[in-house]
Amino acid sequence: MVIERRWKKWVYFYIPLTLFVIGTLFPFYWMFITAIRPDAELYRSWRAVNNTPFWTLAPTLDHFKDLLAKTTFPQWLWNTFFIACASTAISLFCGLLAGYALARLKFPMAGALGTSIFVTYLVPPTLLFIPLADIIRSFALGNTPWALILTYPTFLIPFCTWLLMGYFKTIPKELEECARIDGATRFGAMLRIIFPIAVPGILSAGIFAFTLSWNEFIYALVFLSSPEKKTVPVGVVSELIRGDIYFWGQLMAGALLGSIPVALVYSFFVEYYVTGLTGSVKG
Amino acid sequence: MKKPIAGGSARVEVLAPPRTARRGGGGAWLENERLLAAMLLTPTVLLLGLFIAYPFVMGVWLALSSTSVGNVGEFVGLRNFQKAWDDSIFRTAFWNTTWYTAWATVFKLTLGMWLALLLNRNFRGKRLVRASMLLPFIVPTVLSTFAWRWMFDPTFSVLNWLLFRGGFITNKLPFLSDGAYGMWCAIAVNTWRGMPFFAITLLAGLQTINPDLHEAASLDGANGWHRFWKVTWPLLKPVTLVVVVFSIIQTFSDFQLIYVLTGGGPANSTHLIATYAYQVGVATGLLGEGAAISLFMLPVLFVVVWLQLRYLRRLET
Repeated sequence: MVIERRWKKWVYFYIPLTLFVIGTLFPFYWMFITAIRPDAELYRSWRAVNNTPFWTLAPTLDHFKDLLAKTTFPQWLWNTFFIACASTAISLFCGLLAGYALARLKFPMAGALGTSIFVTYLVPPTLLFIPLADIIRSFALGNTPWALILTYPTFLIPFCTWLLMGYFKTIPKELEECARIDGATRFGAMLRIIFPIAVPGILSAGIFAFTLSWNEFIYALVFLSSPEKKTVPVGVVSELIRGDIYFWGQLMAGALLGSIPVALVYSFFVEYYVTGLTGSVKG
Repeated sequence: MKKPIAGGSARVEVLAPPRTARRGGGGAWLENERLLAAMLLTPTVLLLGLFIAYPFVMGVWLALSSTSVGNVGEFVGLRNFQKAWDDSIFRTAFWNTTWYTAWATVFKLTLGMWLALLLNRNFRGKRLVRASMLLPFIVPTVLSTFAWRWMFDPTFSVLNWLLFRGGFITNKLPFLSDGAYGMWCAIAVNTWRGMPFFAITLLAGLQTINPDLHEAASLDGANGWHRFWKVTWPLLKPVTLVVVVFSIIQTFSDFQLIYVLTGGGPANSTHLIATYAYQVGVATGLLGEGAAISLFMLPVLFVVVWLQLRYLRRLET
């Protein structure tokens, strides 16, 4: 152990850590306090003497009520949730099969395929959204949830494949071989022996994929047009700003409500998420 | 993948029985590795081919044509690229993107490393602190950027209030109403959002370092600073490189942060390549020109991906 003096521990550890915590969490606190602050207080000059920016004495739920009454916010939440779940399911299915094939089977072009899947992992959506919008239109998928359910896997599958491939490689081959001696087919051994062992890996990939699809913005912005079809991020951007007027109370209420589901999912599976996150770069 | 010879020969013996058994039973096609691999990879290859490879080819074609919404264009060669290059807004956007990526990456790496070193210690509530540090990375960027936009509001900015009350300023800072300030605000928000990713990945790297090494170094009289540069940093370099590459790709191709924070304004001074491509390609409807603008990202991404692949290959061998 490296022994430290007390003041050193304060200067080098407690104070910086506290600053990091405040800096990280302050915007969320600000979101919350804005969402429950009445309009009269919200738009008070910053030089006013009675300005109390960090708390409010008259908390109100008006902004939440307005948000639910004037927009189709619950519908946006449901759309986001449905699209995130469906695209995560598709990506996990593809990623499991492809990850297994790349980790375990010998076939020509295995290396090249693995590399090209990895390269697609690094292709950002902003490079492709213009031609993709054209393709979505010609497939008559525009303004339907399927436009997103089918395109989100393009950035989720490579990640899932990569993560699960790494996971499969850590499972000893002998397990599978034992099953095959007992008469299981290769496919059966994969389904009944390897996939159940890989459940933690599947969970990590799934949680990570879910948060990524919840977060996605540009495809949803370009491919969807009717207000009731939108996802939360796009709905908040396009429906809560009318002309040049920002309804800050409702905006922050929407931001808060739109963040809570994904934050909840995350908080239940922190460890799996962290595994997914660190695995996403290590493979 | 190669295993020691002793293990290898043992495996051959184990593998033998199913091979003989296979001749008798049906479903032999599932035993054929090539067929099985083809079957398992089909869904992935189909989806990625249809929605990545095909749009990519389409994008190149669009960029070489004069297509706009409702108008099938004709081949115009490199005119769209030429036009973008001569466009002063595009040049600003290209320069902004480079500037934004460079500074945001430097800040994210420095702060992320610092936070990782802090989190690598033992203290009460460590799990809670670590979990809450990742929140900016979890919450949809668009939504958290709105909170920042409100904090940078020209009339009601809480940051101005703090600085004013603290006696640092007498007049409001023009956070988002000035191009140069706007870029720095965007860099700050990007750092806030991306720093946890660095911190948590680097923390995972730190946890693999044997504490005995630090013990030995401090017995030899090395102080904290030296121990970091001589012990921690060399061992963390591989992880750091990968994280930096990922971050550069994401930051260079960023769209949502600027779209919400400044919308490219004031007077088109804070556009990034992606937001300008959106403005030209989608908002104005000039698909060809928009596609050409977004393809300008390709050379930079190509270099970064190439570096990453070289590095991976070194790991595999």
